[in-house]
Amino acid sequence: MTSVAGAGAGSARNGRLREWIANPWGKPRVLPLVTVAYLAWSILPILIAIRFSFNEGRSRSTAQGWSFRWYWEDPDLSVWADPDLRTALFQSLRLAGIAVLVTVPLGTALAIGLTRWRGRGSGAARAVSLATLVTPEIVMGTALLLVFVNLLTFVPLGTPAQAIGHITFSLVFVLIIVRGRLLAIGPEYEEAARDLGASRLQAIRLALLPMLWPAIVASGIIVFAISMDDFVISQFLSSGTNTDTVPVRIYATGRTAPTPALNALATLTLAVTIAFAALGFLLWWLLKRARGDRESALEHLAH
Amino acid sequence: MSEDAGAAAERPVVDRRGNAFWASLALPGVAWLCLFFLLPFYVILCVAFGSVHPVFLTPQPAWNPLSWDTRAFEFVLEGLFTPGAAFQVVFLRTLAYVAIATSLSLLIAYPVAYYVARHGGRYKGLLLAGLVAPFFISYLMRMLAWINLLQDDGWVNDVLVWAGVLDGPRNWLDGRASSVILGMVYGYVPFMILPLYAFLDRIDGRLLEAARDLGASRFQTFRLVTLPLSGPAILAAVAIIALPMFGDYYTPDLLSQSPNTSLIGNQISLYIRGGQQVPVGAALVVCLMAFLAVLMAYYLVVTVRAQRRLGG
Repeated sequence: MTSVAGAGAGSARNGRLREWIANPWGKPRVLPLVTVAYLAWSILPILIAIRFSFNEGRSRSTAQGWSFRWYWEDPDLSVWADPDLRTALFQSLRLAGIAVLVTVPLGTALAIGLTRWRGRGSGAARAVSLATLVTPEIVMGTALLLVFVNLLTFVPLGTPAQAIGHITFSLVFVLIIVRGRLLAIGPEYEEAARDLGASRLQAIRLALLPMLWPAIVASGIIVFAISMDDFVISQFLSSGTNTDTVPVRIYATGRTAPTPALNALATLTLAVTIAFAALGFLLWWLLKRARGDRESALEHLAH
Repeated sequence: MSEDAGAAAERPVVDRRGNAFWASLALPGVAWLCLFFLLPFYVILCVAFGSVHPVFLTPQPAWNPLSWDTRAFEFVLEGLFTPGAAFQVVFLRTLAYVAIATSLSLLIAYPVAYYVARHGGRYKGLLLAGLVAPFFISYLMRMLAWINLLQDDGWVNDVLVWAGVLDGPRNWLDGRASSVILGMVYGYVPFMILPLYAFLDRIDGRLLEAARDLGASRFQTFRLVTLPLSGPAILAAVAIIALPMFGDYYTPDLLSQSPNTSLIGNQISLYIRGGQQVPVGAALVVCLMAFLAVLMAYYLVVTVRAQRRLGG
């Protein structure tokens, strides 16, 4: 009796197994585990680091209550009170702001120009802009440091040099995003505008730009995020503690003088980046909706 | 660049004045890149082939290629090709770390990207948000998070001691290759997942259905259709994370601080920012660039060959 039942259960399981293997759209069972494990591994350390920024005590490994001590309450060591930490936050924001304001228009013009311009020089110009993408940051950092120290000495190290560096490495991201959109749009709309009597600039302003705005906003978000994230260029071109950015400060004190204030600084930076990205996504979504396009923002970013 | 050819074919008549207009639109950006990207590379060469001031030890670039001095290069190349010399040890270590970290990243990235792209279902948006999130968190903050976890009294030691794996807390941040490689994988894997996802999401589902209709099992379909198709995407994803890894010096500095895990990036940072022998640092950068250019050339050859095979 038991053996028959056992065999029955076995063949039923076999059948289910066979059915599962035979079904091309069935879900693999191991992959979701891997994915969930990866996401947990990816995000939990950050959540833990954020949690310790709210610690009441000095430890970054034992939960000791909750407070804003490391943000502003501590009179000496908090992010707000410690001049090094505070200037780092403002320096990061300043550089990211400059980078967005300069890179986005410069990159958009470059993208439109390089996409439509054919003939001598255009291929080389495209190759040079893409070369910035594959150049490791340490190479670009060395190159810029040496050029500012030895040749273009009118650019002082510190904010001006750092801003130039941030603009240089983020330019290609605007180029790629805006160019992708331009290639999808094609030249017909501008040509129609030209046929209707618009000048070249008018055709860009009236026909092309309205369709490009979502891509321009998306590239602004990316530029802000990679500028806030940048470490190597900011460090190589810094002129001292007063132009250190948040990542440079984390590097400088991460192993030597650890208090939860460093976690608080990192958390604030993350909050600012997410707030900027959220605002950008909202703007992006509104622009998209105004155009009746319903592709998800994340899908767009991923592609 | 096939889309360019398509766009050009749509407009057979090249309008000269229009072309000048488009070129002038691109001009500011191109000029910027010439001034702050191409010119600096020439300066690296001039410093690498230059000398140092005898008293102040500041670099003295040789602007004229005819008067280039190869001493710094000889020093670097000798160090790279003498067995057991510091530069060679560091270079081989960098190669090993990058190879291990890239392979581990691929082992994590491919299944995750595959699952989200093909089986994300209604959770796809949420999963994608999780994959994109690290892009908005500074690399250094993510390393800081691991410093917190790996320190003597950190949670990693707590868990391992509690689980009986370790007898007592271990110092993970004192020159351990495993910690540095963990940090690199943790830091770079998100940059690998997204391009893989973008590719896998666009594989034509009808190809897989055809394979299944012809009798291939689920695994055979993957092995014979999906995996060969993703070859170029895998190579691109490897290049995307391997190139910056070769210039990494902050991960070993933060997670080990020991000369035992010093990478080529640490040497460059030391020579360039230490100030004593800047030409040696510049020569190291040139050698690193040459090495990466060879890797990139290999990548381009393989990609072009794969495209030709697929008739693209």
